[in-house]
Amino acid sequence: MNGITGEDRRTAIGKLPAVGSGLFTSRSRRRVRALAGAEFALLGRNRSAVATALLVPLALPFSVRPAIDQADFRGVNLGTLMLTAAIGFSFLFAVYTSLVSAYVARREELVLKRLRTGEPTDVEILGGTALPAVCLGLAQALVLALGCVVLLDAGAPRAPWLTVLGLLTGLTLSATLAALTSAFTRTTESAQVTALPLVFMSMIGSGIALPTDLLPHRAAAVCEFLPLSPAVRLVRAGWTGELTAYEAFGTVLTALAWTVVAVFAVRRWFRWEPRR
Amino acid sequence: MEHSEHEHVIEVTDLRRVYGGGFEAVRGITLSVARGEIYALLGTNGAGKTSTVELLEGLAPPDGGRVRVLGHDPYRERTAVRPRTGVMLQEGGFPAELTVGETVRMWAGCTTGARPPAEALGLVGLGARTDVRVKQLSGGERRRLDLALALLGRPEVLFLDEPTTGLDAEGRRDTWELVRALRDSGTTVLLTTHYLEEAEDLADRLAILHAGRVAATGTPAEVTAAQPARISFRLPPGYFLGDLPPLGPLGVSGHETDGDVVRLRTSELQRTATGLLAWAERSRVELHALDMRSASLEEAFLGIARKREAAA
Repeated sequence: MNGITGEDRRTAIGKLPAVGSGLFTSRSRRRVRALAGAEFALLGRNRSAVATALLVPLALPFSVRPAIDQADFRGVNLGTLMLTAAIGFSFLFAVYTSLVSAYVARREELVLKRLRTGEPTDVEILGGTALPAVCLGLAQALVLALGCVVLLDAGAPRAPWLTVLGLLTGLTLSATLAALTSAFTRTTESAQVTALPLVFMSMIGSGIALPTDLLPHRAAAVCEFLPLSPAVRLVRAGWTGELTAYEAFGTVLTALAWTVVAVFAVRRWFRWEPRR
Repeated sequence: MEHSEHEHVIEVTDLRRVYGGGFEAVRGITLSVARGEIYALLGTNGAGKTSTVELLEGLAPPDGGRVRVLGHDPYRERTAVRPRTGVMLQEGGFPAELTVGETVRMWAGCTTGARPPAEALGLVGLGARTDVRVKQLSGGERRRLDLALALLGRPEVLFLDEPTTGLDAEGRRDTWELVRALRDSGTTVLLTTHYLEEAEDLADRLAILHAGRVAATGTPAEVTAAQPARISFRLPPGYFLGDLPPLGPLGVSGHETDGDVVRLRTSELQRTATGLLAWAERSRVELHALDMRSASLEEAFLGIARKREAAA
């Protein structure tokens, strides 16, 4: 039927692990592309997910604007504040919240279990599923950044590489934390509840809805260590240039620490099948 | 690794699986499947069929014993095994909002040397449903989509967990034909089923699982041969078991009565039947509801379940 003898196959397959493993081989990229393509189609068909992912980050910064207007921030540029808020909201809604639902939905539909019977590795399955949301978050962050520069006079970033680092760690961490949250979420309906703690905590404590400068001194010091705080701080500092090299290094280190912890937690707790 | 004609493609030794709550679903299963064979795991619900197949598919590591598929550990050496196996789980696993075509294309993108999606859908007769969303498929169509995905990579080894559950009679026959054609082209097939006639018709060899153990194994003929044939009838009023000729010399190995119904077990159906009918003729007795049947897989299956229950 396939015209390949067992012998041919064995030699062909014998070479596979060397070429076929790792995330950056062409086979691996092809699988991730296939998974991401399907997930992208699904994202487009889920209207409530699209609405949350697209509209919330666009609308929320403008809804908090009056509060920011009233507060008196000497020397803080309104554009920068809005920009930080907008990108933070992209992390939380375009990536984190929508991915918690996506992981739970795929698990409950037994899609994850089915995929694991095939060739994709665990990392490819999780990554392929996350890719559309992460790209959406990134595109949104770029559009919002441009908007804030053009319309709100945010100015050009002074240390763009810090913003890039902040975006990268923020997007990665949001996706990883979504995988972790899905482990503690039984249904797609309850995902709207289980995602709330991190959303609220980050909005208030990580400098998204309001600058951490507004918090009491001691609280602000603690909040620096919340999961998304380093990413938001890096994004903002890239624009304002407010961090010294030493501070920037520490912030990047905190971001990396959170990423490592989250990855280990996902490996330990992620659920590939529904509970029986 | 053996290269002989009868190379064992699947080898399982003393396999064990224990679930979180301490439930031992698989309690020491040993079996081997040769290249190009259709092997059926038969059992009631809860016998350990799916728990066993999931270990062979490499979805989980065993809690004891050893699994080799194509000479590799399917869990630890998945990159070596997965491109050569095709799997159909007991229950679906497709996003409801994707179309049939999109689902197959996604799977093809994840599969080395995949057939063209149209060919795979054609094999299972779903070609006309390419643009339909998965959520609109019937249960039987979903099973066939699942089979199409399992066949996509032209696998050497095919695992089918209850492939015909939910199919109508025609769909079941089509699936059987397809599985036979695959076997004839050299594919090794391991399937689970609780349809006895499916195992009897389709399997080259089978194992009956009961409570996580192999209760019987062999070709369908071997497994049924170990079972007695059965004769049952009703005696007319006024006749009792003692009126029958001595049962031992007729080859009867066991009997039971239930009111006027008599059931006999024999491994020599012709001798027992001849003696019984000759007696009835001589005595001018009419045996009502007379039923004689040689052993079937069903007898074997029920016999095993009964024996185990009695032992428990």
